[in-house]
Amino acid sequence: MASEIAQAIAAGILGGGVYALMAAGLTLVFGVLDIINVAQGIFVVLGAYLSYVLSVHLHLDLLLGLFITVPAMFVIGVVIYWLFIRPLRGAERTSMTLLACFAVALIIEGVLYREFGSNYVSLNAWYTTASVHVFDFYLADIYLIGFGLAVVAIGALYLILYRTTFGRAVRATMQNQVAARLIGIDVNRVSALTFGIGTAVTAIGGMVYGAISGGFTPNSGYDLISRLLAIVILAGMGSIGGALVAAVFMTTAEALVDIWQPDWAVVVFYLAMVIILTFRPAGLFGRQAVRAQ
Amino acid sequence: MTSDQAGRQVAPVPAATAPATTTPATAAVIAGTRHAPRLGTRTLSALGVVVLIAVIAVFPLVFTNPTVTNFGVITLIFVAVASAWNIFSGFSGYLSLGHAVFYGTGAYFLVVAAKDWNLNGSDVFWLLPLAGAVAALIAVPLGLVALRVRRHTFVVITIALFFIAQLSASNLTVTGGSSGVLAPIPNWAAATFNNPFYYLAMLLAVAAVALSVIIRRSRFGLQLRAIRDDEDRAAGLGVRAMPVKLSALVLSAFITGMAGGLWVYFIGQAVPQFVFDPLFDLAVVLMVFFGGLGTIAGPVLGALILEPTQLYLNLVESNSYESEILFGALFLVVILFLPRGVLPTAGEWLTPGRVSRLRSDWLARRARRTANPPVPPPEGNPS
Amino acid sequence: MTATLRADGVSKSFGGLQALADCSLTAEAGRITGLIGPNGSGKTTLFNAITGYERIDSGQVYLDEQRITGASPQRVFSLGVGRTFQLTRIFPRLTVLENMLVPANRGRSTREHRERAMDLLAFTGIASHARALAGTLSYGQRKLLELAYVLVADPAVVLLDEPAGGVNPSLIHHITDRIRELNAAGRTFLIVEHNMEFVMGLCHQVTVLDSGSVVASGPPEVIRTDPRVLDAYLGTEADDA
Repeated sequence: MASEIAQAIAAGILGGGVYALMAAGLTLVFGVLDIINVAQGIFVVLGAYLSYVLSVHLHLDLLLGLFITVPAMFVIGVVIYWLFIRPLRGAERTSMTLLACFAVALIIEGVLYREFGSNYVSLNAWYTTASVHVFDFYLADIYLIGFGLAVVAIGALYLILYRTTFGRAVRATMQNQVAARLIGIDVNRVSALTFGIGTAVTAIGGMVYGAISGGFTPNSGYDLISRLLAIVILAGMGSIGGALVAAVFMTTAEALVDIWQPDWAVVVFYLAMVIILTFRPAGLFGRQAVRAQ
Repeated sequence: MTSDQAGRQVAPVPAATAPATTTPATAAVIAGTRHAPRLGTRTLSALGVVVLIAVIAVFPLVFTNPTVTNFGVITLIFVAVASAWNIFSGFSGYLSLGHAVFYGTGAYFLVVAAKDWNLNGSDVFWLLPLAGAVAALIAVPLGLVALRVRRHTFVVITIALFFIAQLSASNLTVTGGSSGVLAPIPNWAAATFNNPFYYLAMLLAVAAVALSVIIRRSRFGLQLRAIRDDEDRAAGLGVRAMPVKLSALVLSAFITGMAGGLWVYFIGQAVPQFVFDPLFDLAVVLMVFFGGLGTIAGPVLGALILEPTQLYLNLVESNSYESEILFGALFLVVILFLPRGVLPTAGEWLTPGRVSRLRSDWLARRARRTANPPVPPPEGNPS
Repeated sequence: MTATLRADGVSKSFGGLQALADCSLTAEAGRITGLIGPNGSGKTTLFNAITGYERIDSGQVYLDEQRITGASPQRVFSLGVGRTFQLTRIFPRLTVLENMLVPANRGRSTREHRERAMDLLAFTGIASHARALAGTLSYGQRKLLELAYVLVADPAVVLLDEPAGGVNPSLIHHITDRIRELNAAGRTFLIVEHNMEFVMGLCHQVTVLDSGSVVASGPPEVIRTDPRVLDAYLGTEADDA
């Protein structure tokens, strides 16, 4: 029992790292652009399929493939932002962008269905089935690799945000878009690049997800986005650190509940969110804007 | 002296600069006549509505093909759902992407109750108001949680609640788990099987639209729309935001629940993935946006145009991905180019000036054609 | 009929910034009190504090002898205190008349409510726009609409936040006259303004705020020449008076 629990906690923390990375992308985009990219789930799936194609058709190792998929997803993100999101303005902007993201997600899902059908596929490499023996349980290699990647990526994100001029521009825009414009920041460029970054992290998340999940289809996007949204809401929109904490917390909780009640484990995710929101509508770490128009 | 809000004596508004007598225009405004809609006079639109209802009523008697009436039933159900959704989201500005929860709750309630209470045939229809009531009931706690947050977060919470509902339906034994529950199959003749469903759907649609009209003209509707424009300001002027929003949600849920019950009885079974379909809310949103968010005719128009199109596409395309891609693309087109919807945009575009210009252009072209008829090709040329 | 509004020792800080520091002022019943001060002196914060849009750290607010500290905006409104906003807040997608009908209507029939609304629109001079969408009004017209709809509920005290800001001179005269008329009927006014002519010409009493506290208070002629006032304006930052 103890080893089961320990295993669950380990899996939860490691898995949580990857979700944290994807959620960080989501909440960063929200913080800077004030939009909720509900296509993030299908982006992850797209990233997984990209890795799949590189792996199966070009026989490229999954990790090496990231050098291609990450920039590719970045470009895709920038293009989608420029074409479908940037033109939206006006009072209803927040709702419209959300719906636009949903529409984009649908299109991507449809295209994936057309290319790959609805069969389950998964990503494989020598390290996806190997595991290390720690104490008296096993930790799958891929979990460790995934966690490592997530740490590296989140570290890179922090470096960008806090050590580069671009990052400063991003943080300024997050705090006050109008003021940022006034001091000469090209908000459009910052927005486009931020959206690109938010999408690029899904390439990594996609590769890990594809390897861990034991099989995915274009339909997997829904499950992913609902989890990511729950994490981001629980954490409070716009808080990257909060997203990290919330992600690890929720995946660990789910892993623990899974020991006793596998069918209901995933409901824990959402229930936690609903409960927290009842008492703190802005989320655990959210900015306390109780009502905004 | 009159009394003010707090009961204190207050001087009436000084009449110094008020007009001595009420002008006819002012009197009209006081009497409450609304200003005319852009596309016609009041009598014309009232007549149009009557004609439309008559056409819909007669439709299945003329087009008896079951596939066609099948389309009719589903379309009318969506007219009701779209109008109901608009009552809440269109008027209040809080976009709900979780109305499938109410739809599904009504649906599951109906099939489970029909099974447990051994109902069949037209008896099952008596469960419809109950299905609506159950959906309305769950709207209360859901609303109390979801309506306290900002609008962005609200949309996302509705999405999350949707997934909770779908998961619950797949896991609970009372809802039959992932295999769902079968609805009783009534013993009606195959040729006219769809008709009872059709007319009930029509009734529901008319009721939904009527409710929209009543709300729009009421003080309640005014408060809702004020909340949509500036909730804090409205609150500062005495509008009690939470009760108003919650009431709209409950009314919306009631109709949506009934629609769900009717639909599930019609298609014969409740299965989680179909009852709680992520595309359901999107379809409804698209219909309402397309027709014009917050208007009365918008949801009706959107449903009448888009739903049969979608049904037809599903019939013709064996692959659902084509319709998904088309759907998404259509959505993007509407959002990017027709953000206010087809109806309002068309209404604004068709100004009286433009209409008369178009008409005179057409008349001029016709005159030219009669003056210079096209010359037929000479004999002997193959054509 | 009328009421006295009193703020007593109100303090409010935003993080490290002390917006209001032990601020006390009185808007006497039936009088027009002006509230002036350089940018950032806390005028709008004080309004927000009085009308419940902002929680205060310490101090009390009284309406006549009733304590209304911390009351919600709805409650303050229902007690008879109306306010306008610096950046006009109207309901753009509702018609002008509908804007007038939003404030709660106590004990009157719908017809009476509408009549009163139209009377007020006529009083402020925008009755001809009754059926237009409020979003189509010009800035000056919006200010008039805002004034009109806070009057719907017959407030005993009216707080105006920069009613003359960004408005052309003839309209300012119009507004000044309307305020005088309403005041003649007994309503108390507390007006924040930067336009010195407007304030000095209209107000019975002027209170000067600087860095969150009151530095001077008295009739306009006295305030005009008070060295502390000049100091407040010229000593901190160049003002647009």
